[in-house]
Amino acid sequence: MSRETSLVSADWVTENINNPKVVIVEVDEDTTLYDQGHIENSITFHWRDDLQDGLIRDLISKEKFEALLSKSGIANDSTVILYGGNNNWFATYAFWYFKVYGHQDVRLLDGGRKRWELDARAFVTTVPTRTATRYVAKDRDNSIRAYRDEVIAAIGNLNIVDVRSPAEFSGELAAPAHLPQEQGQIKGHIPTAKNIPWSKAANEDGTFKTDTELKELYIGAGVDLAKDTIAYCRIGERSAFSWFVLHELLGVANVKNYDGSWTEYGSLVGVPVAVGA
Amino acid sequence: MKTCGATPGGPSLDGIDIAKQTIIQGVVLKAGDDGVPNGTPVGSAHIRLLDRDGEFTAELPTNSQGQFRFFAAPGVWTLVVQAPGARVEQQVSATQGILTDLVISL
Repeated sequence: MSRETSLVSADWVTENINNPKVVIVEVDEDTTLYDQGHIENSITFHWRDDLQDGLIRDLISKEKFEALLSKSGIANDSTVILYGGNNNWFATYAFWYFKVYGHQDVRLLDGGRKRWELDARAFVTTVPTRTATRYVAKDRDNSIRAYRDEVIAAIGNLNIVDVRSPAEFSGELAAPAHLPQEQGQIKGHIPTAKNIPWSKAANEDGTFKTDTELKELYIGAGVDLAKDTIAYCRIGERSAFSWFVLHELLGVANVKNYDGSWTEYGSLVGVPVAVGA
Repeated sequence: MKTCGATPGGPSLDGIDIAKQTIIQGVVLKAGDDGVPNGTPVGSAHIRLLDRDGEFTAELPTNSQGQFRFFAAPGVWTLVVQAPGARVEQQVSATQGILTDLVISL
C-alpha cells in the first residue's frame, strides 16, 4: 500500500506494453472510447456490463469474477494495470474491486486516459487476443467495503468522507453535472460527513497530487486519520478514487468504500440526512 | 477564445425536457489563423465544469464531433477546456429552461 506499489506512470506503461506479465485494462462507463482508440495491448471492462451483477445490486460473484478474469487472460500472478476516462473514476473502482477479490498486483496508471491524451501518446484500435487462464479469486475482503448499517452507525463516531462535488453535498444537485438531474432519491448528505471532493486529490491533468498535499487535504478538512474512515459518493466510483488515495497512496489503515453510496443512502426510509454546506 | 452564441453547436436535444434542466453545452472547434473557429471539431478535448467558487463539479471529453453537454444548476459556472498543448477558460451563466449553447475556439 504505497504510491510505489499502486501507481505507475505513463512512461512505465509505455515501457511495459509488451511485457507478458502485464495486462492493461481500460475500465469505463463508456467503452465506445476504447473502440475509438486505446493503449496498445489493452483490453476493456465495462463498469456495468462486466462488473455489476445485473439482477441484484452488487458486485459480480466470486465465480463470475474468476470467469471474467480467466477469459480475459489475467492470471493470479499478472500485474494488472488499470486506466480509464473520467479521471480514472471507474479504473479506481476496478482497482478497489480487484482488491476486494484479493488480486495481489494491481496498479493504476496515473492520470488515466486524460493524461495519456493530453500527452498526445499513441492509441490503437487493434484488440489483442489473449490466452485464457484459470483464475482463482479469494473470498471478498469486506475490510475495505462498507455496508449501509455500518455507515449509519458511523454517524458522529467515525470519519465519513463525502467525495462528491460541493453542489451535490449541499443538495443543490442530485448527480454530477454531466448527468441528467432526475434521480429518485432525495438530495443532501450523511450527517457529520466531511465534504472533501475527490477532485481535490487530483491535479488538473488527472494525475494525483503529492503525498504531502494529500495528507494536508484530509487533515486540513478535519479528518482524524487515526480513526476508521468510510468514503462515499453517488454510486461508489468516485469514492473508490478517494479510497485509493487514502488506503493505497497514503497507506491509511481501515478505510472502506461505501459503494452503495448516495443512491442507496438517499433512498433509505427514516435515516438522518443533512443539507447545506 | 471566441464564442458565438448565434451558432449553437451542442449535441442533439432529442428526448431531453429542456424546461426541467439547466443545460450548458457546445462544440469545441480548432481556431484558424485568424483565431476564428475553422470548423474542425476537436474530439477528445476535456471540459471541466467549475462552480462559482472554482470548485470542480464535473468533467467530460468531447465526442468525435467536438460536442459536450452538462446538466448544471442555475448560476455562474466556469468551463476549462483542455487538449494537447491547449487550455482555455470561459465563464458562463446558466438558467433553467434556457439552453446555454457555445462554440469554443481552441
